[in-house]
Amino acid sequence: MKKQSITLILIAAIIIIGGAFFITSQNELQDTSQSQKKIGFIYIGPPGDHGWTYMHDQGRQYMESELGDSISTTFIENVPENADAVRAIRKLAESGHDLIFTTSFNYMDQTLEVAKDFPDVKFEHATGYKRADNVSTYSSRFYEGRTIIGHIAGKMTKSNTIGYIASFPIPEVIRGINSFYLAASKVNPDVNIKIIWAYTWYDPAKEADAANTLINQGADIIVQHTDTFAPCQAAEKAGVLAFGQASNQEQFCPNAHMTAIEDVWGPYYAERGKAIVDGSWSSIDTWGGMKEGHVVMSPYNKNILPEDIIAEAKAMEASIIDGSLHPFQGPIYNQAGELVIPAGSVADDGMLASMMFYVEGINDSVPQ
Amino acid sequence: MDTNLIIGIINIILIGTTPLIFAAIGELVVEKSGVLNLGLEGMMLVGAVSAFVTLVLTGNYFFALIISIVSGLLMSGFFAFLVLYLMANQVATGLALTIFGIGISSMIGKNYIGTPIEGMSPYFFIVISIIIVFLIGLFFKRTKMGLIVKAVGESHSSAHSLGFNVIKIRFLSILFGGSMSALAGFYMSICYAPMWQEGMIAGRGWIALALVVFATWKAERILLGAYIFGGVAIMQMNLQAFGIKLPGQFFNMLPYIVTILVLVIISGNKLRIKMSAPSCLSIPFNKNQ
Repeated sequence: MKKQSITLILIAAIIIIGGAFFITSQNELQDTSQSQKKIGFIYIGPPGDHGWTYMHDQGRQYMESELGDSISTTFIENVPENADAVRAIRKLAESGHDLIFTTSFNYMDQTLEVAKDFPDVKFEHATGYKRADNVSTYSSRFYEGRTIIGHIAGKMTKSNTIGYIASFPIPEVIRGINSFYLAASKVNPDVNIKIIWAYTWYDPAKEADAANTLINQGADIIVQHTDTFAPCQAAEKAGVLAFGQASNQEQFCPNAHMTAIEDVWGPYYAERGKAIVDGSWSSIDTWGGMKEGHVVMSPYNKNILPEDIIAEAKAMEASIIDGSLHPFQGPIYNQAGELVIPAGSVADDGMLASMMFYVEGINDSVPQ
Repeated sequence: MDTNLIIGIINIILIGTTPLIFAAIGELVVEKSGVLNLGLEGMMLVGAVSAFVTLVLTGNYFFALIISIVSGLLMSGFFAFLVLYLMANQVATGLALTIFGIGISSMIGKNYIGTPIEGMSPYFFIVISIIIVFLIGLFFKRTKMGLIVKAVGESHSSAHSLGFNVIKIRFLSILFGGSMSALAGFYMSICYAPMWQEGMIAGRGWIALALVVFATWKAERILLGAYIFGGVAIMQMNLQAFGIKLPGQFFNMLPYIVTILVLVIISGNKLRIKMSAPSCLSIPFNKNQ
């Protein structure tokens, strides 16, 4: 009898200890300083992921350094995209935060749910499309970066085969593939793009498998739309080229990394933090690109890229910023050969936001 | 398809299935002795993170391997203590071990996420994994000790009355299972995808568990099952890259569906005996009863 109760207590203890480790590492509420306006962040991963969350955290730190003592920031990391998110967002709202950034697409409904109960708290949801009086949305035009890496890949490939690791078939990812392919095929009509859908944002081993499969099928350049640097590492090992994702990943694959599309949130966060401080905050939708400094190219790797290609890439950046170059410049046809963007016009934001088709020339079909 | 392409595919399958083989062959021995340890995922994570952190701190692969295996011994030793001496429920304790492993591994690894390391070649471990499988197969077929472990798993009371130390044999089996899981973790974070990311085992512990059932507790079939599970996943990617779209979600759940099917097939009692599921699996042994 006695033994049994000790057992029960021990099992309970191990579950509680394990759970406590789990919860503290998941939901560590980290106060970084103290002063007037409190600004909170909800992260989907750990800030050390060197990808998506890392860049949001860089943005948070930038905002702190810009606005100094007028704000203080807090973040909760590793918040799953389910009912837990409601709890985490509510925790921030209840603890006196004035502005809360929720930094993943699937926090959309949870953000609105909490926002309804806290009309005085302002919310900003990344990459979503549902707004309210106290909920803004913001995203970045990553496809502008994809057109530049497409250009580079089209020029750099020798096998004319480019491997593309995609995450989930959503407009964001498909837009990236189209933008990339349009630029690559423009400079190299023979280019062939092979796409693998990993159905995950985050599984380093699987991402490496996908990269190795593509390399094995003849790809000499690996492009990824998943979150870890495993594909770039795999490319480095196999001696082929790659692009980083979300942040500059050159330190992990110095001989493969040509450049990366960086997500820069700092200027936007600083602007919105300032709006809270001076009381001018209103609900808006922001879709910033290179012009606004939200999308930035990592330093071009001089050891791999010839000077003329670097110069072309830089010129493309300048043209995107001054508006003379748009990644979706008509005429653009879909795979059925129908004209979707007429000559002389560019894709509007509505089409870009709901893009679920491949452009003509991609030898593949969008998964259902 | 030319030969280079096929060799490449086989290469990727071998690299990808090795952690499954390590974890599954360890669990097979544990289950053969009559204990069910559901903590594979947790032990693999702890093995992966302790290997990674040791490698970053010391730069020595051998130390990393040793520390990783020690972590597996500690985790499984704790499990063994609970289920063998305190007769805790094996399912609950195993699940607790996984939750514990997820938590403690992300705590230990917090400051090491994204630290670059020099990976190790996987080929040595691929060979080792195949050798271990055949050695375990021989162990159960040809050695007295193997027969004793099997006897303990089939009927602990009979083994006990024959004078075998049931608790000791089960303890050692559990420790072996723990060290194999940790080795799988080591392979994941040092050879397969040389990095540490929270939760990087990504369900492979559960697939390894399913693999033991799929293999109907026969060592050599673990190899077969692992190559089928891994092969299907890689072939799916290859077909995708050739432009043939298959539902990826379906292939992600395929190992589990196949395992459920095997479970359904062997749940008929007579067949079950034939398929050699240990009769005392997950039944606690109390020599005083």
